[in-house]
Amino acid sequence: MEILFALSIAVMTAAGVFLTLRARTFPVVLGLSLLAYAVNLFLFAMGRLQVGLPSVINPVQGGYSDPLPQALVLTAIVIAFGMTAFLIVLALKAKAELGNDHVDGLHQAQDEMADPNPSPRASSKAKREIQS
Amino acid sequence: MNLLAFNLPIVALLPFLAAALAAYAAKFHRYAAAWVSAFATLVALGLLVPSIGQVFEGQTLIQSWTWLDQAGLQFSFRLDGLATLFALLILGIGLLVILYARWYLSANDSMGRFFAYLMMFMGSMLGIVLSENLIQLVVFWELTSITSFLLISYWQHRKDAREGARMALAITGAGGLALLAGVLLLGHIVGSYQLSDVLASGELIRNHPLYLPTLVLILLAVFTKSAQFPFHFWLPHAMAAPTPVSAYLHSATMVKAGIFLLARFFPALSGTDAWMWLVGGAGMATLLIGAYTALFKHDLKGLLAYSTISHLGLITLLFGFGSQFAVVAAIFHIINHATFKASLFMVAGIIDHETGTRDMRKLNGLIKYMPHTAALAIIASLAMAGVPLLNGFLSKEMFFTEAVSISQGSALAWIIPALVTLAGIFSVAYSLRFVHDVFFNGEPVDLPRTPHEPPRMMKIPVDLLVILCLAVGILPMFTVAPILDLAASASLQAPTPEYSLALWHGFNLPLMMSIVALGLGALLYFNRKGLIAAYERHQHIDAKHYFQSGLHGLIWAAEWVSTRFDKSSLQNAAAWTLFASLLLSAYGFMQFSSPLFGQRPLMAVDAVSMAAAAVLIFASLFTLIWHRHRLQSLMMIGVVGLITSLAFVKFSAPDLALTQLSVEVVTIVLLLLALYFLPQTTPKETGVSRLARDALLAIASGVGVFLFTMMVLSREFSTISDFFLANSVPGGGGTNVVNVILVDFRGFDTLGEIIVLALAGLGIFAMLQGLQLQPTQRFQLTKEAHPPILQTFSRLLLPLMLLVAVFIFLRGHNLPGGGFIAGLIASVALIVVYLANGIEWTQARLKIDMHLVIGLGLLIATATGLAAILVGYPFLTSAFTHIHWPIVGDFELASAIAFDLGVFLVVVGSSVLSLVQLGKLSQSSDTSPRHSEGAK
Repeated sequence: MEILFALSIAVMTAAGVFLTLRARTFPVVLGLSLLAYAVNLFLFAMGRLQVGLPSVINPVQGGYSDPLPQALVLTAIVIAFGMTAFLIVLALKAKAELGNDHVDGLHQAQDEMADPNPSPRASSKAKREIQS
Repeated sequence: MNLLAFNLPIVALLPFLAAALAAYAAKFHRYAAAWVSAFATLVALGLLVPSIGQVFEGQTLIQSWTWLDQAGLQFSFRLDGLATLFALLILGIGLLVILYARWYLSANDSMGRFFAYLMMFMGSMLGIVLSENLIQLVVFWELTSITSFLLISYWQHRKDAREGARMALAITGAGGLALLAGVLLLGHIVGSYQLSDVLASGELIRNHPLYLPTLVLILLAVFTKSAQFPFHFWLPHAMAAPTPVSAYLHSATMVKAGIFLLARFFPALSGTDAWMWLVGGAGMATLLIGAYTALFKHDLKGLLAYSTISHLGLITLLFGFGSQFAVVAAIFHIINHATFKASLFMVAGIIDHETGTRDMRKLNGLIKYMPHTAALAIIASLAMAGVPLLNGFLSKEMFFTEAVSISQGSALAWIIPALVTLAGIFSVAYSLRFVHDVFFNGEPVDLPRTPHEPPRMMKIPVDLLVILCLAVGILPMFTVAPILDLAASASLQAPTPEYSLALWHGFNLPLMMSIVALGLGALLYFNRKGLIAAYERHQHIDAKHYFQSGLHGLIWAAEWVSTRFDKSSLQNAAAWTLFASLLLSAYGFMQFSSPLFGQRPLMAVDAVSMAAAAVLIFASLFTLIWHRHRLQSLMMIGVVGLITSLAFVKFSAPDLALTQLSVEVVTIVLLLLALYFLPQTTPKETGVSRLARDALLAIASGVGVFLFTMMVLSREFSTISDFFLANSVPGGGGTNVVNVILVDFRGFDTLGEIIVLALAGLGIFAMLQGLQLQPTQRFQLTKEAHPPILQTFSRLLLPLMLLVAVFIFLRGHNLPGGGFIAGLIASVALIVVYLANGIEWTQARLKIDMHLVIGLGLLIATATGLAAILVGYPFLTSAFTHIHWPIVGDFELASAIAFDLGVFLVVVGSSVLSLVQLGKLSQSSDTSPRHSEGAK
């Protein structure tokens, strides 16, 4: 069972990493979500896998699963949701402001592309600052 | 309460308050800023003076409050003789400068800004001289760097002002960092950052192996601040400041801060060869370079700038001599230089103000036009030259005396008096130039304005300073002697040696040197034409040029480095991060010597789990394989989420399963809404090599995670959770340990987490404000945007689902459930209603502002914590009691349930706010008539 569990996490991680490295926003968000699932399961597994032993106090029950990783993962799930929501809206914002949904650094905003002297970002600004 | 118990911090901090007041007062009247500043300075003087009596009785006043005790930081002030002298100089000359500036600034200059900067600077200087704690001193030291930057760049429209200010900030700021390091070393050696302890440990410091680094770091701060060679070049460029600023910064304050530090640390650091060579060497070089260069400057302020450098060198050299008598002379010269140099700067400002130029090639014969000013200038210049009956003569005689006595040590040392006399010759020559070239020497050459006397009030500060020069020069015993003795003994931390302030010491070697300097200086000045011509034929080292090119080089290097690593590409950054973490973990694996897997027995696999895992793995893979078709990919990730929640069910985590399930619904709805505005497919645009690289990184990460998980799962472990399991019921009053941990044991963490969630919700709201986006596709909608069956059911289901949420919420403390899960379920219920009925219909009926819900949730959660403080327990301590209700039976009421209510509200508020805002966006773009871009 543990091997199966670890294998599932491994595949999710690999798929998540691959998607995170894509050049467009949407696959990156999906990739990060996959990674979040994998990380949550991984953290959860730090309490070891237990079947049928929920950590609700019950004198008849023989033992308990570890409640601490569960509490940590519970908030992690909610925070991951907050992060995913924020990221996807950020992607929308970027699309609206920049006119494309790339994250590869090769596609700049339309107004920046119109610059007749394409310079490595801030350098020209910094030089103007020094000379002034 | 006795005011004298806490007047020192008020003296230092009052100017900062006055700065704000001055800036504000300037809105009502131009000159109100000046009067506010002058009044605040007077009040500060009034607060300081009563304490001076105690200092004259030989006390050192220390007013101290504990601040960050662990870091050795005390809020601590000290008033001894040295601090008294400097505080009086700062406040006294500051007052005169304020009066002068009131008439100097033109109608175009912002009075409020000027006086606000000036007062902040004054406060910072007072902070330096009054600090007992060394770290606090460094803070004020840095503040002087910043405020002097603001003052020098006051005329922001001028390029030279901006460049000069930046240079001053770069040099003195770097010195400030060195001072911080030096002070930390000093504190390490002594074991305390209090000045009293440091001054008492001179022997310990000098014999410590870290003495030399400490000394060098502190001297770096001194030399940069006090414009000592080789850092002197910033000072002439700082002359771009308005003249009142120059008069203040370069006579009594900014540049004297370094000298103050020398005087302050004299008992702790002096008395070694390193001190003598470093301090003396820098002082001698500065003295000569400054005096020599000053003669060749045609700009009045340029001449004064180099003369200031030279005099600072003189004072530094005296400290470098290291004898007690030299310290007395140095402090005497600090006083004298402050008075004559402040008045000379003010005269230069008056001349600039009334003639429109500071060029000495144009300024001639001004005595006819402004005789009063000329008289003041002549007296102050002669004091600078060291002519008898003026204060400069007395301290210079002491300086010469000391130079002679130090030379008796060795045969080669005769060179010291010789060099010092040479500096004296140049000093006389440039002083003569200031007098003769400006006020005599023929007629002015096409001046922009016809010169005349300045307003009466503008001369009063100069009058007062010049009277001081004369009074000290003629009657030293009755004027300066008490305060000089006080300050010198405080600097030495010992009684002052025998010295005489008399005018006539008989015909001795120092007097000979003075006479030689006066004679040869006059001779040099009257042959200046050839000298100046020769000087100007040569190329001179322009430190500014090197500074600027150095700065350019630094920026270029920084850019080169950052563009190598940061191509403003998330892909690139992510790949590097992954690569680095893989390398680190590979290293970690290799360091691991025990067997990879442990001996813990593994669980048997059942068919259902096998099938579920297979679905999970395939769904993950298809999320990846179909990532170009975004909708399919999204559906697959939904499957992953569902199986994940099943995994939580299987492995005894009902709370997690419930959370994961409801989060999954909300997430997928959200991503679907967003997908409406994003391309539906991802084009193929990545090369094979990049794909291979990414695949390699992905597989390596997968393998790493597999190994790591297996390593953990195959080993036994000991948990700290037994505490939570044992105390959940007796301590937290709930049987659901996960929930009790969340709302009770680790309530503070949860509070932080709901704040993050609230911020995410609000951030999403802010980002979506005014966003203009076109949908990338048209859905082929049926006639009914909102099918009636779904509408009807959603309305029927809403109360039911909310009831479920309430149920889950209430039972959360004892059975799986709680605020997070209930909040998510309620959100899902509301979102379903929105989806089925449309936003307009729903909002017309559900008039709740989700911002308020978020705010209320945070308030309730925080208030629960604060209530615990009110009854005397730590933040977020929970309490519970059992109430017996009729019919219902025994019911437990815990304060943690209020906290959980806060969690509930924040979760509902944030998730509904995000989704509804996104939904609104699609609605507004739906109704817009424009065509979509299409992403086929």
